[in-house]
Amino acid sequence: MTSKAMSLSYLQGKNGIFSWIFSLDHKRIALLYLYSILTFFITGATLGVLMRLELLNPGKDLMEAQTYNQVFTMHGVIMIFLFIIPSIPAIFGNFFLPIMLGTDDVSFPRLNLLSWWIYIIGAIMALSTLLWGDGPADTGWTFYAPYSVKTGTNVTMSVLAAFVLGFATILTGLNFIVTIHRLRTPGMTFLKMPLFAWALYATSWIQLLATPIIGITLLMITAERVFGVGLFDPSIGGDPILYQHLFWIYSHPAVYIMALPAFGIISEILPTFANRTIFGYKAIAFSSLAIAFVGYFVWGHHMFTAGMSGTARIIFSVMTFLVAIPTSVKVFNWVATLYKGSINVQPPLLYALAFIFQFMIGGLTGVVLGALAADIHLHDTHFVVGHFHYVMFGGTGFALFGALHYWYPKMWGRMYNKLVANIAFVFLFIGFNMLYFPMLVLGLMGMPRRYYDYLPEFHVPNMISTYGSWILATGLLLMFGNLIAGAWRKREPIGRNYWKTGITLEWQTLSPPPVSNFDRMPVLPKNGPYDYDNKPEIEE
Amino acid sequence: MLKQGASTFAEGVDLSLYVIFGISVFFLIGITIVMIYFVIRYSKKRNPTSTNIEGSHALEVVWTAVPTLLVIVMFYYGWMGYTPMRNVPEGAIEIEAYGQMWKFSFEYPEGKVTDSLVVPINRPVKLNLHSRDVVHSFYVPAFRLKEDIVPNGSNYLWFEATTAGRYDVLCAEYCGQLHSYMLSSISVVSDSEYNAWLTSEPSNAGEHPGLSLLKQNACLTCHSQDGSKIIGPSFKGIFGTTEIVITNGEEREITIDEEYISRSIKDPNADLVKGYMKGLMVSYADVLSDEQIGQITDYIKTLK
Repeated sequence: MTSKAMSLSYLQGKNGIFSWIFSLDHKRIALLYLYSILTFFITGATLGVLMRLELLNPGKDLMEAQTYNQVFTMHGVIMIFLFIIPSIPAIFGNFFLPIMLGTDDVSFPRLNLLSWWIYIIGAIMALSTLLWGDGPADTGWTFYAPYSVKTGTNVTMSVLAAFVLGFATILTGLNFIVTIHRLRTPGMTFLKMPLFAWALYATSWIQLLATPIIGITLLMITAERVFGVGLFDPSIGGDPILYQHLFWIYSHPAVYIMALPAFGIISEILPTFANRTIFGYKAIAFSSLAIAFVGYFVWGHHMFTAGMSGTARIIFSVMTFLVAIPTSVKVFNWVATLYKGSINVQPPLLYALAFIFQFMIGGLTGVVLGALAADIHLHDTHFVVGHFHYVMFGGTGFALFGALHYWYPKMWGRMYNKLVANIAFVFLFIGFNMLYFPMLVLGLMGMPRRYYDYLPEFHVPNMISTYGSWILATGLLLMFGNLIAGAWRKREPIGRNYWKTGITLEWQTLSPPPVSNFDRMPVLPKNGPYDYDNKPEIEE
Repeated sequence: MLKQGASTFAEGVDLSLYVIFGISVFFLIGITIVMIYFVIRYSKKRNPTSTNIEGSHALEVVWTAVPTLLVIVMFYYGWMGYTPMRNVPEGAIEIEAYGQMWKFSFEYPEGKVTDSLVVPINRPVKLNLHSRDVVHSFYVPAFRLKEDIVPNGSNYLWFEATTAGRYDVLCAEYCGQLHSYMLSSISVVSDSEYNAWLTSEPSNAGEHPGLSLLKQNACLTCHSQDGSKIIGPSFKGIFGTTEIVITNGEEREITIDEEYISRSIKDPNADLVKGYMKGLMVSYADVLSDEQIGQITDYIKTLK
């Protein structure tokens, strides 16, 4: 191969539609995921804004109760199964894991492409429920039995869609585990892997081991609806609590599928913009594994009021509190990474700092919910909705936005307008907190979740929350507009290491990377991935 | 933000909330301030050269041990506030509580059936929770009290009200279309008022027995008496009309007579009126006797 062919970027070369949707290049597959996942994110966010509009005032503002119930179900299904579960691993994991490990692709490129196709088929199935019969499911994304067995809406198709989507998750997880074990560049031991790779490794094990449980559970719902097998509906001999156990045995670990990759992103952004080594590399790496492991044994905290035995409630409460320990270890190490750094405040760092702040609120409100007495009051109220969005949107969502701004120059060899990026960030930060903080207040006041209408005493916080959703939506439009507009901006020299202080291997290759990822052999820093004292000099 | 507590549980629950919120707010603000301070103090301008500190074993131990101790404290308060909720004192008034789409109803040991609770102050009351269809949840914010109502389950809860007044009861588990309208209340009164209320005649004396049955069984949440469509067909003028129903997936015409009404109550999905959703109504075959169904039919006949 000539050196010119070696430096041909992955965006050049063949460019018809088929060269994309049948591409085996992990970078192109990552972009397929990026565009499809963000499309669904915008769809889900639009539904969210509509829900907030309906809740602006007590009584009917916009839609009927049944429509509202279908909208919040669709919002949940899209955001959970089509956006946040695949999000960071499928986009940035696909793009950067092989590059960070110094290799040319994932272990199974064909499986990688297959998982995107499965994802798209699952997405089409989920969205098809809009078009026929009595419309999309009205059960909430949790599909609780026996309501999900009784309702006439298109629950069966939604459930089958989630079942199919599960396979995309499983295959991606499997692919990453094998890639991490087999394809690290010579000299990169496990303890010399970047922390993003560690986070993906912990995530992949959950994807591989927990997802089959939701698969079988959802099939059981289908069997019950279609064939009348009595599994969960007591009127035909089933047990609704069994459904809740099976559902949360997956869906709680799934929360860590959503959160752990975000931890990995933060652990990459902080050293780059603090221009120093990460504080407590091993603590951060191993705490991911600890969270992934303990996360398997806490599902019962979703069922504190469901009628479990007192002993079970106490055990699940203890286990839940244990998760708080490795999580707080991470936060302390991140903050310590800023100590004596030489900090360059750029849009990705702003997102990382907002992540830490919002994720702390999400985590601490989670601790509140883990305490038995407090949970009895707050269970199934808006407090839970607020908590969940602080973790998932304020946490993972902001980490994803941070990653987009961090790796943008590397992925496209272009740059967005930084001033607009900063303005969009301010809108997002204010809008986000104004939207979700009032929900915590509403929960303490006693407003249940999944409420189409509410008592007049809950009006003011609901109003503030809805105003917040408008600010947040403005921020999202600004941010996405700015990122898209980057494609038409005059090219500036991006170089290999746009931020100058990036140390992981992706900053040693061209921007955008060549098809085979590296035009020359990457050089590992001497003592671990964040060894800023021995940062290799990279010639352009 | 919290409502004034009105049961013996409120103190324990609120204490656990204050302890955990106190610790949480301290750390949230503390860590945020340190973080912002670092970003300013060690900015590129002020600190052009960074120092590479790889970590510190002592610090890792400290910030593993401190959260461990704190979560033990937080767990303890949560546990303490919760324990009394599972220990029903002897001599509690035992009331059967029913949840169904979308209504609560209560059956007193003396036989009185109501759709809101009246209880005496400072006396333990136990509710045995039964659902007639899907999962509901009995939630009284002012009492800091919540337990799911699971079909076929044997859930229960108890409370002792400490302040007289009227308190909202809400359904906290999503249960379908009118979930947010599934409301009730608890009136806490003195012993003498309670006894007077318990022995008083129901206020619906002189009402058509069919109407009383419709009210008791929450029929009117879904079937209106004035011709408007809620969830199911309105009762107004329905008797004697011809409707298109769906039987085993096929459409056929049917006249609404005594037999059809009886079948619709006992097996609601057998002949479903076209345009209405299947599966939302449960069978009342075990709840209503043939005589009662007759009374209901008589009442529906009067709605012209």
